[in-house]
Amino acid sequence: MTKTKHYWNNYQKEIAEDNYFYERSCIRQSFFPGSETTFLKILREELGKTIIDDPNQHTCTGIGYHSDVVPFDTTMTICARLFSLMKDADLKNYVPSCVTSFGVFTEVIETWQNSPEELEKTRNFLRQATGREFDIPENIVHPSDIIYKYRKELKSKMKYQLVNHKTGEPLKAVEHIGCHYGKIFSKHAIGGAEFPQVLAGMIEEWGGEVIDYPERRHCCGFGFRQYLVMANRGYSVANTKKKFESMQAYKPDFILTNCPGCTMFMDRWQYTIAEMEGITYDDEHMGIPVLTYEELAGLLLGYNPWDLGLQLHQVQAESLLNKIGIEYDPKDKFVGKSGTFLGEPEKPKNLIVDYEK
Amino acid sequence: MTDYYKLLLQDVRFKEGLTACMNCGVCTAICPAAEFYKYDPRQLCSIVQTRDNEKIEELLKSETIWYCGQCMSCKARCPRGNAPALVISVLRKLSQELGFFVESEKGRQQFALKRTVGDNILNMGYCVHVDTVHPKLHPEQGPVWKWYFENAEELADRMGGNYNKYGPGALRIIDEKNLDEVRKIFEVTGGKKLNNHIEEFSKEQAKSTNTSFENEGINNEYFFQTYIKNSENHQK
Repeated sequence: MTKTKHYWNNYQKEIAEDNYFYERSCIRQSFFPGSETTFLKILREELGKTIIDDPNQHTCTGIGYHSDVVPFDTTMTICARLFSLMKDADLKNYVPSCVTSFGVFTEVIETWQNSPEELEKTRNFLRQATGREFDIPENIVHPSDIIYKYRKELKSKMKYQLVNHKTGEPLKAVEHIGCHYGKIFSKHAIGGAEFPQVLAGMIEEWGGEVIDYPERRHCCGFGFRQYLVMANRGYSVANTKKKFESMQAYKPDFILTNCPGCTMFMDRWQYTIAEMEGITYDDEHMGIPVLTYEELAGLLLGYNPWDLGLQLHQVQAESLLNKIGIEYDPKDKFVGKSGTFLGEPEKPKNLIVDYEK
Repeated sequence: MTDYYKLLLQDVRFKEGLTACMNCGVCTAICPAAEFYKYDPRQLCSIVQTRDNEKIEELLKSETIWYCGQCMSCKARCPRGNAPALVISVLRKLSQELGFFVESEKGRQQFALKRTVGDNILNMGYCVHVDTVHPKLHPEQGPVWKWYFENAEELADRMGGNYNKYGPGALRIIDEKNLDEVRKIFEVTGGKKLNNHIEEFSKEQAKSTNTSFENEGINNEYFFQTYIKNSENHQK
């Protein structure tokens, strides 16, 4: 008999129970604004938690830092200003929305712990620039950690499960963890860098089956300057393609990610590869839907898919909604805040975006 | 000759990132950049460890240091706890401070990054914002993005956003009081100085190659040259 291996049990972390300071993500609020809204809604309305969304916040500089146009001293002091806003709110639990931000904050705090002179230097910089003081957070976790922590409570409120409602079979999911969640400091990842459980735990709790495939831990291909500069984008799409080719044989029903960049790249590069080479990685030429964990939780809780923002994905999600048996109004999909029909996006040549229910 | 190794040691990340690399090559085996480019982080660590300033100067002027994608997979796998990606960050910083970055095609791209992400931070308080991801610069984003870009307020606000308005929420305006503190932090900590280095050396480079250059924005020949040009022969 094969003994089940649970290496991830060696990597657990403390996740505060309540009273969070939320920091928004540049990429997430731009590409998936509904996911940030849904996270706050789930915490406040489903779980009864307190979480502050301070309008005085700003970027952590993470994308600029990893593109090397922002020096580390600047990034450390910008992080310190964000911590000072948390101090103003009399909170101690910091929740950065973005995986890049999460990596930046954990790197900054680790540096301060290893080199107290860097902490002192940062305190002086912040005083000199703003007159502000700050405290290092007592707890710093990613929003996916909190959803993971409360996955069982959320399940009890869910209207749907990750099960094919016609066959009763569990839906098959690829989970992709943003590199900076666990690869910088594995101690900050539930399950560490190699066996992160944060998304797998949600999928399994909510009825789905997690696919293990060879390139499961390969980077999505963002690469900061390797995507942000047009000349370098071959790097980005090539690395994502490697993942798609590796997962294709396992026929995933969807991909779940915890990093906004990964969600966007795994969605957009399917479109790009389809248009450039005529290749899709599903049998129907519709692509594999890529969801954020809030979108998935929201769908299973019964939220309107179009309020969650699923129509902002290039690979459309109706194939997944139909498998789960989620009710939705196709006419509501292209309607804006004012209730106006906004017209439909142009249709790609190769990637199919029309769905029959 | 300048003691580049001593300059590298002044950055705390260099000390954090490199302690007696034994050249096992695990970093190269796992590196996404090494799969795509002619790039070998193991070799890079080996060169830096020699403390040979001539070789380090070559690196600072090379294409090589710009190939890393900062995924940090190397840090997770290194048996010695090293992080070649952090060593790369320090080399890139020094290359920009000394003006060596304009000597490589990939290095010159720092100008495009400064004029986009770098300027976004100081102008808006965001690295990236819907309004900055123009479909013409991002054809890979596809028709759904174009539709969203053209209907951003209607769509973002339907999803709970606060598009280009004051107050909390996604895509809100970050007010001048907060932006001023961000800008002061950049002045005090060297962020502004690094931006100025990138601008000044790039301007000189544009002049020496008879390429038109504007002091701000992206509507100039030098920007598009650094943003788009891929000579395909940078990997010698």
